[in-house]
Amino acid sequence: MTAVDPSTTAGESGGDTGRDILAVAREQVLERGEGLSQEQVLAVLQLPADRLSEALALAHEVRMRHCGPEVEVEGIVSLKTGGCPEDCHFCSQSGLFESPVRAAWLDKDRLVEAAKQTAKTGATEFCIVAAVRGPDARLMEQVRAGIAAIRAEVDINVACSLGMLTQEQVNELAAMGVHRYNHNLETARSHFPEVVTTHSWEERWETLQMVRAAGMEVCCGGIVGMGESLEQRAEFAVQLAELEPDEVPLNFLIPNPGTPFAHLEVPQGADALMTVAAFRLALPRTVLRFAGGRELTLGDLGAEQGMLGGVNAIIVGNYLTNLGRPAEQDLDMLETLKMPIKALNDTL
Amino acid sequence: MSAVLEPTGQTDGVPPYCAWCGGARADGDHAACERRLATVDPPRHCPVCARRMVVQVDPVGWTARCSRHGESAGANGFG
Repeated sequence: MTAVDPSTTAGESGGDTGRDILAVAREQVLERGEGLSQEQVLAVLQLPADRLSEALALAHEVRMRHCGPEVEVEGIVSLKTGGCPEDCHFCSQSGLFESPVRAAWLDKDRLVEAAKQTAKTGATEFCIVAAVRGPDARLMEQVRAGIAAIRAEVDINVACSLGMLTQEQVNELAAMGVHRYNHNLETARSHFPEVVTTHSWEERWETLQMVRAAGMEVCCGGIVGMGESLEQRAEFAVQLAELEPDEVPLNFLIPNPGTPFAHLEVPQGADALMTVAAFRLALPRTVLRFAGGRELTLGDLGAEQGMLGGVNAIIVGNYLTNLGRPAEQDLDMLETLKMPIKALNDTL
Repeated sequence: MSAVLEPTGQTDGVPPYCAWCGGARADGDHAACERRLATVDPPRHCPVCARRMVVQVDPVGWTARCSRHGESAGANGFG
């Protein structure tokens, strides 16, 4: 990555030639609430490292003004692990790779227990995830039974992430009361063919549009560090902004053994934090969530910097196949930062 | 990792296989594997026989089942 003079790129949009990109962002994003354009996001991503703290501070101001101080806490669990027919190159759950991850199904009792564990942390969201191209009738029935069992015992919003959906399945999930549906675009449209070859970026986009039209909240993010250029990272930020998702989960690549991306490096912390700030400046009102990989990429200090740099949501505990740190550590961090956890009645 | 597995066939209390990569411990340096196990990964291979295990991760822990040597369990990473 080569740092460039931001003033040479900031002027490419909005008639701000020669103005510093963070000064432009202060006026445009903080004051007027308008997200940065692709060229402007790129200018932020290209800022020299010695301006990182300035970018994070501005992103934090934007988050506080347009989203508020609350942090949305979520837990996730894998209902169906492994054996996926798709070839997402970052994913250890593809059945097409020599991954050590074996197929497993979570039974209903353990699903409810996982929801209870999540609710105990103060989380308002619990996301049920399955490694599939899209759900079949058996999976839909398990999801239906699982959601009913959770609702009977746990006071928490239920989200789902089940791959690509048909209109009928979208309608079914909405009727089940699914609060939010996650389907990540993963990366920029121009980079997607380097990441997935078994389906298209556009197919994912179509599912997201159906989800929105059915009245469910849209959760859509991706993974940083999959070989994308800074230009493609900026492209991705504005493509997400165009989607207007309710939530954007930001993951940082964990190079998992057996996957085509096993050889890639864990993203650098400073690079990841500048990305956090840039995404917040592109998406001033979205729930921006720390998701998988943050522990390896950022460590404890970097996580705090991210929470003070535009992030206003967090996945606590373990992920789908990878482990996270104990939820208590994140809750302690939020207490130290004096950031209140969003209450369930504030999400409805 | 807090395993409840009762390994057999181990030497000097150390299971013969790496629970991360499944390789023989005697055949190489597994420091990087140990780092992954201490942070982001549950065990994927039985440390006794190296079979791939069926692993389920949940918000607060994991369980791993070997078809020959039974189930082990643990909590979050980064302990």
